[in-house]
Amino acid sequence: MTELKRIGRIKFGLLSPQEVRKMSATKIITADTYDSDGFPIEMGLMDPRLGVIDPGLRCRTCGGRPGECPGHFGHIELAAPVAHIGFAKLIRKILQATCRKCGRLLLGEEAKKKYQDDIKKLKKIKRSTDDVIKDMFKDSIKTGVCPHCGEEQKDIKFEKPTTYIEEGHKLMPSDIRDRLERIPDDDVELLGMDASNARPEWIILTVLPVPPVTARPSITLESGQRSEDDLTHKLVDIIRINQRFQENREAGAPQLIIEDLWELLQYHVTTFLDNEVSGVPPARHRSGRPLKTLSQRLKGKEGRFRGSLSGKRVNFSARTVISPDPNLDIDEVGVPVEIAKEMTITMNVTPLNIKECKEYVRRGPERHPGANYVKRLDGQRIKVTDRNCEELAEMLGPGWKVDRQLKDGDAVLFNRQPSLHRMSIMAHKVKVMPHKTFRLNPTVCPPYNADFDGDEMNLHVPQTEEARAEARILIAVEGNMLSPRFGGPIIGGIHDHITGLFLLTRGTTLFDENDALELLRKSHIKNLPKPAIYENDKPYWTGRQIFSLMLPKGLDLTYRAKACENCDVCKKSECEKDAYVVIKNGELLCGTIDEKAIGAFTGQVLDRIVKEFGPAEGKKFLDNATRLAIRVIMHFGFSFGIDDEDIPQEAQSQIYEIMMEAEKKVKRLIDAYEIGELDALPGRTIDETLEMKIMEELGKARDQAGNIASQHLGLDNSAVAMAISGARGSVLNLTQMSTCVGQQSVRGERITRGYDERTLPHFKKRDLGAAAKGFVKCSYKKGLSPTEFFFHAIGGREGLVDTAVRTSQSGYLQRRLINALQDLEVKYDGTVRDTRGLIVQFEYGEDGIDPSKSDYGKSVNVRRIVQNVTGQDLAEV
Amino acid sequence: MRLAKKDTVKALERRGIDAKTAETLCNAGFTMGKLKKASIEDVMKAGISKTSAGKVMEKLSKIDTKVTKTTKKVKKEERGAVTPLLIDSKLKGLPLPLSIIDELRTYLNKVKPTEAQLERILQMSVDAYERARIEPCEAVGIVAAQSIGEPGTQMTMRTFHYAGVAEINVTLGLPRLIEIADARKVPSTPIMRIKLEPEYARDREKARALGWKIEETNIIDVGSIAVDMAKMQVVIELNEKILSRRNITAEEIAKKVGAETNLDVQLEGLKLTVNPGRHSYRGLLQLVEDVKGITLKGVKGIHRIIIRKENGEYVLYTEGSALKRVLQFEGVNASRTKTNNINEIAEVLGIEAARNAIISEAMDTLREQGLEVDIRHIMLVADMVTAEGEVKQIGRHGVAGEKASVLSRAAFEVTVNHLLDAGVKGHVDELAGVTENVIVGQPIQLGTGDVELMYKAKE
Ligand SMILES: [Mg+2]
Ligand SMILES: [Zn+2]
Ligand SMILES: [Zn+2]
Ligand SMILES: [Zn+2]
Repeated sequence: MTELKRIGRIKFGLLSPQEVRKMSATKIITADTYDSDGFPIEMGLMDPRLGVIDPGLRCRTCGGRPGECPGHFGHIELAAPVAHIGFAKLIRKILQATCRKCGRLLLGEEAKKKYQDDIKKLKKIKRSTDDVIKDMFKDSIKTGVCPHCGEEQKDIKFEKPTTYIEEGHKLMPSDIRDRLERIPDDDVELLGMDASNARPEWIILTVLPVPPVTARPSITLESGQRSEDDLTHKLVDIIRINQRFQENREAGAPQLIIEDLWELLQYHVTTFLDNEVSGVPPARHRSGRPLKTLSQRLKGKEGRFRGSLSGKRVNFSARTVISPDPNLDIDEVGVPVEIAKEMTITMNVTPLNIKECKEYVRRGPERHPGANYVKRLDGQRIKVTDRNCEELAEMLGPGWKVDRQLKDGDAVLFNRQPSLHRMSIMAHKVKVMPHKTFRLNPTVCPPYNADFDGDEMNLHVPQTEEARAEARILIAVEGNMLSPRFGGPIIGGIHDHITGLFLLTRGTTLFDENDALELLRKSHIKNLPKPAIYENDKPYWTGRQIFSLMLPKGLDLTYRAKACENCDVCKKSECEKDAYVVIKNGELLCGTIDEKAIGAFTGQVLDRIVKEFGPAEGKKFLDNATRLAIRVIMHFGFSFGIDDEDIPQEAQSQIYEIMMEAEKKVKRLIDAYEIGELDALPGRTIDETLEMKIMEELGKARDQAGNIASQHLGLDNSAVAMAISGARGSVLNLTQMSTCVGQQSVRGERITRGYDERTLPHFKKRDLGAAAKGFVKCSYKKGLSPTEFFFHAIGGREGLVDTAVRTSQSGYLQRRLINALQDLEVKYDGTVRDTRGLIVQFEYGEDGIDPSKSDYGKSVNVRRIVQNVTGQDLAEV
Repeated sequence: MRLAKKDTVKALERRGIDAKTAETLCNAGFTMGKLKKASIEDVMKAGISKTSAGKVMEKLSKIDTKVTKTTKKVKKEERGAVTPLLIDSKLKGLPLPLSIIDELRTYLNKVKPTEAQLERILQMSVDAYERARIEPCEAVGIVAAQSIGEPGTQMTMRTFHYAGVAEINVTLGLPRLIEIADARKVPSTPIMRIKLEPEYARDREKARALGWKIEETNIIDVGSIAVDMAKMQVVIELNEKILSRRNITAEEIAKKVGAETNLDVQLEGLKLTVNPGRHSYRGLLQLVEDVKGITLKGVKGIHRIIIRKENGEYVLYTEGSALKRVLQFEGVNASRTKTNNINEIAEVLGIEAARNAIISEAMDTLREQGLEVDIRHIMLVADMVTAEGEVKQIGRHGVAGEKASVLSRAAFEVTVNHLLDAGVKGHVDELAGVTENVIVGQPIQLGTGDVELMYKAKE
């Protein structure tokens, strides 16, 4: 194996003119690129010594072909020096801080010594010297007479972008360069610069490096025309002006013309470096589009740093639409054969696996677990085809490499953007399947935040043994069932899983042998327990018994289900909602299984199993329980239709009554307000009080109506079953569908804006009534009146805007948090430090506990331990 | 013989076998030793159903494998419960955090375990703690950032919401979290919760009086202000009822206004006239504004005080915050009074207090939204932000902008400036952090990237 080399450090500095010339492959003197035959012109911008991009040609500097040659810099000798736009402000500061005659800093020896000492001290402890240098500049800019040569300093005015005027006299870049050259190395350090790598005069450019052609490749359009890169265009401009400047100067042109050309040269160099400088009109393409020059290439989200360096495009990855498959294990991913055939894993052929490798190669690229490439001992890569596969298989020997196709059981990384937490990328085991989508078990939707309305996901195939080991051990779904955010489960049953188990364990549904076995078909359970009951000599099992088969022996757990109403005195096992769940030794004794048992984030049973019996047991439980749930829901059948929103006539008239009553009450409130009898609540104005009271009244009315509706909609209603079990939706949703949609609001207030003193022309001016301010008394089922519809749209729009704003804001917050904290690491001494070694915490989290290994933040569940050892039931302290 | 039988029954009961079964077993002549060697069939011969026989076997073998080590030695003392004193001495010096030791003590004193049980409980606790400890090289920063950032998408954007005190608006949700991360000098809705000393906390009148003392009183709170164009004067009409309620006299107001404006102020009953020397209309209007801005009484910045009863004591909630001034009032319990202005806490109480304030503010914000985030993540953020003695911003002007690595800074924000700056200053990037190494394309030095495996081949 080759030894891995690391880049140890990167030092930044400025390029000196000598350095630019030294690293230059050629001097560029002509603005032309290609000759009439399409060959690059020598000493032109596409000189073959700058690297090659055209296939078939070779680099004249390194001899490499396109793709091999990294490209080489050239240079342009500028006819006159120009300022570097990025340092315009620095130039002004230095000019003001140094003597115009002797070039030394305008500081007395004593002050200078002090600053030097300060800087030395700060550098020693690796702190920023910015503040000291700022003070130094302030000090020396103030000084009017040079303490060294006695020269009186003149005021220097700076005009954006690059003009420096000394008492009415314009300083040309050459003058500035002369002055900067005079600054002794000693003083340069005080300017905050590093004299050996960045002499101040180097910020005035005399030689311009020309980026290699590989950094600015030209593209050939369909018409055969060449289209040059923006940078090339800019360089052409620079060379042209440079030539004109030289010609004019040699011809002895008047100073005015020279100065104009100088300005122009400065402009072109400036826009070459940065095309978004304020005060400089951006250079444009013929089409009017501003050119993307150097700065623009680096900046921003799509720029070099964030777009190409921090986030890179990778090979061995795939992306397609996802769809659910409850029959897969939670840690599997269904991969389309087409993708599996394209993605490969490199195998090193050894005497141990040569048979296997030969088989892959023999199958060729078309018969699925085959091979796409082999690499001979001499390093030559050969594509495996239907024709040569037999032959290659024969030739194969130890030391060869085989790129075999992805097959069942391979560990791959699966990812859905936005990758907000580490569970957004998890390792799954491949299961190659027909059709064109990635398949995943719906229980892993919560960590990915995925649904199946067209979501796409990415898949990456790890290529080294280390990466595969990490994938299997650290990134596997199984190991990530508990979230490090709060130390609870983040994977769990959703939707039908919850409904299914709810239907199964609710009440005392009995199943005969056939049914029971039918339910258990997809699980690994082979034997039924002792039946709960015999009827006519036929054995029957309860749903709880069947569910209990999924639970590991030894599981003890008591908790309150979602339906619990937190009654003052809990009736425990007598609870009429069946919300008191007791599991003893892996046996569900009472209570109903719902979201709080197996759901992601809340699943208590799941949580306990993972924590006490380990993730493998947790995975097994989830696999079996969800499959059982799916079969249960298929057994009972579960659907929802428009008539499930029907409520009986008598309830409707009751609801009508409530609505009328509420409207009357609102009217009374308004009347009281208008005659000034309404008392303001403490700290509120009368207007606010009225609004609050009306909102309260209408909210109450809607809730009452909802209650009446839910009295008539029992658990046999699918929506109710889903809401109660926590599978999907809420009672509020059902109320809105069946009874009354309720108040529409904008920023938490009733809708007020619209026409002059009213929301819509349908109402009287200053109408404060319920309907005029966005109360929707109809239900979705019944349909909304035109005004209600409009208010509803207003309220709905607010929700959409809110989501859009929220995602961008929280995304930025997350980016900042990540950037601020990403380098923190727990060291072997238990401290948390950053890259500088600064101790941020002496012990992580004050107790050194890993939240993902904790039980909702607690490291030791003392109560459970004491309970288990002594056998006493303990109340929580 | 009989005594031995009793002991066996007891021993079996301790192992979780019900008394009846235990007695049946003993009557059949089983001793502990015999039972251990017996098979299920043997036990069933004693007249016990198969299930309970199975249970017996399970219980015996279960306990034995786990407890033998400790039971053997202490077999004799086993039956007596340990004293609280022993519990204390055993707890002392355990390698556990104090909170867990306290919890252990509470539970142990409650259940009164035998010494063997005590040993086992302690051993299991220590094991559990060790298992849950964070491992070296863990990238705790990234996990913390993700754990706080990820729930951000689920938070509400509504800036105003009513907290415990319905009368006061508070910024909550994502905007508040961003505010904390920004380390803003003043929060958008500063609020204080002033707890009082016992004698004030129990007496509504005293609490209210203190409230009036603290609340900022301006002219418009106690009367109306108008411009008399004819006489070119500013006229203030005071309300007697409010004056007495706020415990301020007209004379005091006249004096204060005179001192602040440097003008002649006349007082006739409840009518205050201010006579400006200037004679322009604009000057007069300006004067009105000036007078309105005068703090007659109380603490500047405390705009409103609301008194609430919480857990049997009166508490003052304020709109606006001025921690330093408020703490100096007599009757204010300085150690239990708090503000949501983190910067103020840093100035008045120091950086450690600010760190705790950040933790509690962020936790409260997340909790209010129903989001569960482990406190350790927030602690880490708070510690990072306060590590250098001042509250720094999370972002360009704080933590992220002061990082050692040029590349990392360039990749975050203001790319070009950081590069130019680094060039001039000759900065060196040590390539120690995450972004830098990603940029140059080599493994990062965190987690599994921070360790190296060495394989020593056999000769
Ligand atoms: Mg979707
Ligand atoms: Zn080359
Ligand atoms: Zn001088
Ligand atoms: Zn209950």
